[in-house]
Amino acid sequence: MSCDLPPLDKDGYLLQLSSWSRDIGEQLARNENIELTQAHWEVIDTVQAFYQEFDLAPASRALVRYIQQKLGPEKGRSLYLLSLFPPHPALIIAKIAGLPRPANCF
Amino acid sequence: MSTLHTVNKSPFENNSLTSCLQLCSGEDSILLIEDGTYGGCESSPCREPLTRLMEDGINVYVLENDASARGLHTFLQGVELVDYPGFVKLSCTHQCIQSWY
Amino acid sequence: MSRILCISRHSPYQTSSACDALDAVLAAGAFDQEVSLLLMNEGVWQAIKNQQASLLGRTGIGKKMAALPLFGVKQVYIHTPSLTQRGLTRDSLHLDAVQLVTNNEVRTLIQQHDQLLSF
Repeated sequence: MSCDLPPLDKDGYLLQLSSWSRDIGEQLARNENIELTQAHWEVIDTVQAFYQEFDLAPASRALVRYIQQKLGPEKGRSLYLLSLFPPHPALIIAKIAGLPRPANCF
Repeated sequence: MSTLHTVNKSPFENNSLTSCLQLCSGEDSILLIEDGTYGGCESSPCREPLTRLMEDGINVYVLENDASARGLHTFLQGVELVDYPGFVKLSCTHQCIQSWY
Repeated sequence: MSRILCISRHSPYQTSSACDALDAVLAAGAFDQEVSLLLMNEGVWQAIKNQQASLLGRTGIGKKMAALPLFGVKQVYIHTPSLTQRGLTRDSLHLDAVQLVTNNEVRTLIQQHDQLLSF
């Protein structure tokens, strides 16, 4: 079963990225009923790189464009990301990756 | 397409009015509000370009309450006074509003 | 769809104006609006290289600006007279894909857009 999670905000996002680890990520994913595979991890790693590069958690379209650039057109599609991180990829990925909630996402 | 430019800073200490005057054109109007009303005074550092634009057909308005509150009535020159309903009307008769603040 | 021009005229850290403008532009982009950003007057300071905002305990504005294309923001314009007046050139800027514009071109830009956002 899960050990204690670090402090989260009211929407369930980590308050501090520094308290994130891959184990914490696994646990946050389980809370969303997602079992992380290699395919999930490469997206999470890419979104964390986005955050380092731009100081922002990506909203939907920016997420898709960035994944397109970094992982290619096959993976840079809303449907692919939706299949990995239902029901809302931009929000769920940010949550699992320990990032703040993306602004401008419903 | 016409733009209503509102300016709320005094030209005696700020370049908002100068910037506005450089960029308005055509059917645009200028409305001076708050401390921007000092820009309607005869002694304003922007007086020359403002007068030139008025000659080119740009309407320059001053929000009456803001000017009166500051005691500016006798210092204003060549500008048209508007009240709050007039402000609303101007907002509606121009396509866009640019606030120079 | 209406075309939006955001005019950002204030320096990056003294007030929240510059950040607010950027947030508005990112939001418009995220919601698929046709939006462009114009930096003029003190706003051109937002675009210069080598800002170390972390020294103020702030997030730098430059990193966020670099994300504008990914958010579908159409163009970043810089008012050339404002740049020149401050002794700056294109080489002083951290963005490559900016378009420098004259007074006349700004007048045209304002006329060509349906909505203005003033910051």
